[in-house]
Amino acid sequence: MNAPLETVAIALTVNGERVERSVPARVNLADFLRVELELTGTHVGCEHGVCGACTVRVDGKIVRGCLMFAVQADGCKVDTVEGLSDSREIEELQSAFVLTNALQCGFCTPGVLMAAQALLRDLPNPSREQIREYLSGNYCRCTGYQAIVDAIEAVAKARSVR
Amino acid sequence: MKAPRFAYARPASVAEALALLDRHRDDARVLAGGQSLVPMLNFRVAAPKVLVDINRIAALSGIKVTKTHVRIGALTRHVELERSAEIAKHLPLVAAAMPHIAHPAIRNRGTFGGSCALADPAAELPACALALGATIVVAGKKGERRVAAEDFFKGLYTTALKPGELLVAAEFPLPKPGDTSAFGELARRHGDYAMVGVAAHRSKKDGLRVAFFGVGDRPEVLEADSVEGVLSKVTDLDPRADLHASGATKLHLAKVLAGRVLAQLA
Repeated sequence: MNAPLETVAIALTVNGERVERSVPARVNLADFLRVELELTGTHVGCEHGVCGACTVRVDGKIVRGCLMFAVQADGCKVDTVEGLSDSREIEELQSAFVLTNALQCGFCTPGVLMAAQALLRDLPNPSREQIREYLSGNYCRCTGYQAIVDAIEAVAKARSVR
Repeated sequence: MKAPRFAYARPASVAEALALLDRHRDDARVLAGGQSLVPMLNFRVAAPKVLVDINRIAALSGIKVTKTHVRIGALTRHVELERSAEIAKHLPLVAAAMPHIAHPAIRNRGTFGGSCALADPAAELPACALALGATIVVAGKKGERRVAAEDFFKGLYTTALKPGELLVAAEFPLPKPGDTSAFGELARRHGDYAMVGVAAHRSKKDGLRVAFFGVGDRPEVLEADSVEGVLSKVTDLDPRADLHASGATKLHLAKVLAGRVLAQLA
């Protein structure tokens, strides 16, 4: 691809399913997932990379969905909170969040779950300090974070026993 | 807000990227990690007609160690620097800076070259490049040129890059045995841009080189033979007030932080 285009044909894999669309280059990945694919679990908060509500996984790594254009995900494997939920990859985290009241309004929760799952892959036995540091890019305005850290810590401990 | 309309190009090689940049000149911006450029587009403080996405140019990526220096490709992601055994071994100052740069999801995407080309005055990597005496490698239609970090960072979001040029790498001289370094920054929230930051390097041959960032329109380097010598020069800094604090407060923080960081230099 060399001549600059305002609308681009893309093909990607989202939650294991192949998707082909023609997208305006200016559409970010989070909006593409929400509007075009109706995967509204990925939330859009600040739209400049601060709040973390739009966190999704691209080729296995968490990224800000609002700071990447959909066209840049051409050829990539994208996973959203719906995919991780359906595959039961984050089942324990979801249960622990419910158990510890780690969410209230729930707006930040999909992004927090995406980040928490990435954390537990990177650092299977994180300290509370490491959990806080890893989640420093995810704003929650309800919980005060304590219960979120509790939930993630509980899952890490349960997984390490096994 | 959302980004304004633009046309998107995804060159597969540096040559293709340079041809696009040469054709579109001031209308074009390079899209690397996008972790600062995309917010600027969303805020509409930037509205280029053409974005040249260099993310698929494999040649721009990677860390190479030679006998004389460490070369960091422009497209090397922050997370790669953070986890690199070679960076930890040869450029411990850069390794120490990495956890301070934003958050994991941003470090997965943000690039070394993007941070240098943006030249945010509160960013970590330009300060490291200055403290370590790095050389920035720039490609243009007529070939490559090398610019010392001191001459590259010219001011607020301003570098020596000319229209049509692309930052392709930086070369850090290999530290000598006995060299030491230390890094620290103060931020309101972990991962935010620094209110004040200090990147310090000491070599037997050249003494101390300490880059302060977040204190002006670009990182400021103070040099001296001793820790006391650097600390006595901190009052030469003249930080402006910003969203975080008054100039006087920032100067105070710079002094306190410099004391802490320089105390770590064995």
